[in-house]
Amino acid sequence: MELLQLLIYGVVLGGVIALGAIGVSLTFGILGFANFSHGDLMSAGAYIALVFFTMLSWPLWIALPIAMIGTAALAIVIDRSLYRLFRGRHTVILLISSFGVALILRSLIQIVWGPDTITYQMGIQLPYRVSGIRIRPDQVTILLCCVALVIAVHLFLQRTKMGKAMRAMADNPNLARLSGIDTERVIVWTWLLGGILAGAAGVFLGLDTRLHPEMGWTLLLPIFAAVILGGIGKPYGAIVGGFVIGIAQEMSVLFLPASYKPAVAFAILVVMLIIRPTGLFAGRSTV
Amino acid sequence: MELAGLLSYGIFFVTLVGIYGLLALGLNVQWGYAGMLNIGVAAFFTVGAYTSAILTTAPSSGHLGGFALPFPIGFAAAMFLSGLMALGIGLITLRLRSDYLAIATIGIAEIIRLTLKNETWLTGGVRGLANIPRPLQGWLPGYDALLYMALVLALVALVYWANERAWRSPWGRVLRAIRENEAAARAMGKNSLSFRLQAFVLGAVVMGLAGALYAHFVRFISPEAFNPLFATFLVWVMLIAGGSGNNRGALLGAFVIWIVWSATEIMVTRLPEDLVTRAGALRVLLIGILLQVILLLRPQGILPEKPPRPARRE
Repeated sequence: MELLQLLIYGVVLGGVIALGAIGVSLTFGILGFANFSHGDLMSAGAYIALVFFTMLSWPLWIALPIAMIGTAALAIVIDRSLYRLFRGRHTVILLISSFGVALILRSLIQIVWGPDTITYQMGIQLPYRVSGIRIRPDQVTILLCCVALVIAVHLFLQRTKMGKAMRAMADNPNLARLSGIDTERVIVWTWLLGGILAGAAGVFLGLDTRLHPEMGWTLLLPIFAAVILGGIGKPYGAIVGGFVIGIAQEMSVLFLPASYKPAVAFAILVVMLIIRPTGLFAGRSTV
Repeated sequence: MELAGLLSYGIFFVTLVGIYGLLALGLNVQWGYAGMLNIGVAAFFTVGAYTSAILTTAPSSGHLGGFALPFPIGFAAAMFLSGLMALGIGLITLRLRSDYLAIATIGIAEIIRLTLKNETWLTGGVRGLANIPRPLQGWLPGYDALLYMALVLALVALVYWANERAWRSPWGRVLRAIRENEAAARAMGKNSLSFRLQAFVLGAVVMGLAGALYAHFVRFISPEAFNPLFATFLVWVMLIAGGSGNNRGALLGAFVIWIVWSATEIMVTRLPEDLVTRAGALRVLLIGILLQVILLLRPQGILPEKPPRPARRE
């Protein structure tokens, strides 16, 4: 029974990680750098939702899309005003810049909302009980939304021209450019997609736990682990990787103190780097 | 401020700049020479600080040990453990492209942070580790701080000299070759993995030394002081601002950025009372923006990298 309970927690966390990992995997594949600011982009989404959901007490189904669009807009603005200027330079510079952007976003959040933990809603939610398994209404919402978003991403990547272009570019940027894909447009769409999903992931993380300026940053390591597990530039791999990491982290409390959950992601990451650095689904080459 | 106060602040300032200068010199070997992304500088710094502190402190019930061992053993162990950690990480990630190393170093920094917080038996947890002795105490009564500053500066000079030697040596040339074009370096028969590993470990050893010096300088360490972000991020900004690949640049960067960092502290303490809790964030914000400006406008830093002059044949 306890195992099933942990599995449910793991799937909820895995959904959040997967949403973040899709964006990181696509930008990694398309722009060639590990985006260290993605976790803080998620935090930004969570705090944008706080304004509408908690302060203005609008319903979640309005606050969530606003947060998603707001986060996407933020991601595009960062790319246009900063990352774009580094294109053509070594991608390592982009990584360092994104590391700085992560800190800028986090300190802005702290300046505006303060350094303390905040919850979206006061009071305790009564969990549903189904034959001994507890699950909170929020977690049901998160799960349903994650499934809906993953299906939407799937349809976008498979059915639309832009989705196909994005996959092609994540798979092999040079080949994509040669076949006449407008790369700058694909890049903007990638940030749009990554930002929308990061915003949603941030809100879900805030719903599942609490809001804190470091909430997204602490999830960055599991997200990277998921990306590498799934193979860089492979959005479907990132989804699978996200759920694997999420479930593994929650299951680990069976034999590890709960405070070491992030260490599980790191352990999986290290094992993957040793035995199969291209990821389970053979992503980009690793050298 | 009184003259004595000014003087003691000056000593405090120079000692800390020296310690950060060591971190920047260590990172320069890893990033400036060999192009390896270490986003976990704080991890090596922390391991150095805690190792030396635990080994040299008098026995205490609050944490492991202390073992009251002589300082040289503490310093040596700090450097050794820091280097050992780098060896482990390096063996796993250095054959892959640099992003993987960056991700792995973030991971190791996270693990170290969790250990610091949770393994109270080892590190004293959030209560920290107190009563760390300082070397050279009582040799010249009244000049303890000055003597320690001299020790730090002497070690900075030693590491600087070694770095410069390495830069001019064939070893440094191979590292630069690997950084610029690994395939070409390998085609010349250089074992790039081994060279990278050496540079990564040596850089980490210097960071461990800086950690030990820091612990004995502040004499009380707790997880607060080792915020991975501040420690790592500041050192990166120092190196990039000063000029990566240039040892003088690394030291100059440590000096300039520490002045900027201290100045922002003075600036934000002038803010109204209720804003002070958010002032720390404002300082990070300013440094973060500074980094972007440097990367955009002067990515080579104040003192750009210069290839060593070819040796003159007599």
